Amino acid sequence: MAITVRVPTQLRTLTAGKEEVSGTGSTVGEIIDHLEGAHPGIKDRLLDAKGIRRFVNLYLNEDDVRFLDGLNTPVKDTDTLTIVPAIAGG
Amino acid sequence: MLRPKRLDSILDAVGNTPLLRLRALERDTPGVEIYAKMEFQNPGGSVKDRAARQIFTDALRRGDLTRDKVLIDSTSGNTGVAYSLVGAALGYRVTLVMPSNVSQARKDITRAFGTEIIFSDPMEGSDGAIRLARKLVAESPDRYYYPDQYSNPSNPGAHYLTTGVEILADVGDRITHFVTGLGTTGTMMGTTRRLKEHHRPIRCVAVQPADALHGLEGLKHLPSSLVPPIYDDALPDETMWITTEDGWDMTDRLWEEEAVHVGHSAGANVFAAWSIARSLSARGEPGCVVTILCDRGDRYFLPLKWERFYTW
Repeated sequence: MAITVRVPTQLRTLTAGKEEVSGTGSTVGEIIDHLEGAHPGIKDRLLDAKGIRRFVNLYLNEDDVRFLDGLNTPVKDTDTLTIVPAIAGG
Repeated sequence: MLRPKRLDSILDAVGNTPLLRLRALERDTPGVEIYAKMEFQNPGGSVKDRAARQIFTDALRRGDLTRDKVLIDSTSGNTGVAYSLVGAALGYRVTLVMPSNVSQARKDITRAFGTEIIFSDPMEGSDGAIRLARKLVAESPDRYYYPDQYSNPSNPGAHYLTTGVEILADVGDRITHFVTGLGTTGTMMGTTRRLKEHHRPIRCVAVQPADALHGLEGLKHLPSSLVPPIYDDALPDETMWITTEDGWDMTDRLWEEEAVHVGHSAGANVFAAWSIARSLSARGEPGCVVTILCDRGDRYFLPLKWERFYTW
């Protein structure tokens, strides 16, 4: 299953500048594993040993996956996963 | 410096903030003092009041800002609150461009001062807000006065004229290190310029997030950002790269052990100051490390949609 993943500017060095990439898998965790294959280094930015990093917000469509089932949240073809960054400077 | 008890204007309450000794943290750093400047005591609740007041004052003196114009700038939030406060105090209209994922508190506070907000794409961060502000100004140059806090010399100038002077007045006899984070870089640039004029050498250290994707709201990771034109990379003696986790953990510690309720950028600043103090202490060197508490923590409560899952 392939879904759209929206990438913030801070991670676009890993996606060759692309704002949207495709991710494959049946859960959010599988999508991230697949992203790591295509864009090495991205998984470590998003996850630590305990799961999603405290300051990283992953939205499946309109909902933060922490309110759903975290990395086990199922995804379907029409979904969009959005990585939302913190706000920098000034 | 004594704070006067009667003020003619809310703007006279900007600056002259207390320098707080962090005694609980000093238990880890025998022989080395740690002080933090309580910038959340400013009337707008953050260090940005200093820059906003100076930017308005200088623009009015030059005649760049007139009654028929609206002041517009991009901001991640605190500068927006500061502009709104100064604008309301002086009777000038303010429009702000902010990423739509700034905290609800910031949106509510700025609107309460009568400010108009234009939202930029949250995926583009503060650089997206900068680009949108430039576009709006280019489309209506007669409508707006655009001070651009990232390139405006009044921003570091405020800290050269006030923050640095206050630090020297309070601990000029003992300060060995000054450390603070980079956002617009105004605090670091202006304060450092003043401290470098002191008769004793003071080591000035800049703080940046260790990674482009971080949770230290208000700080900029310059290698992946639009570098503010006011930034002079020759000025800091050193840059420390702080992880979000270290900054957040120190924020918690400040609340619990020092009863100082501040935001995450202040946590990162204090973590850097504490790390410097620990190194000095471990080498048996005396020292006095000064940093900045940029804003209060309650500005980050009441999270709504985008940020409601921050773990506190």
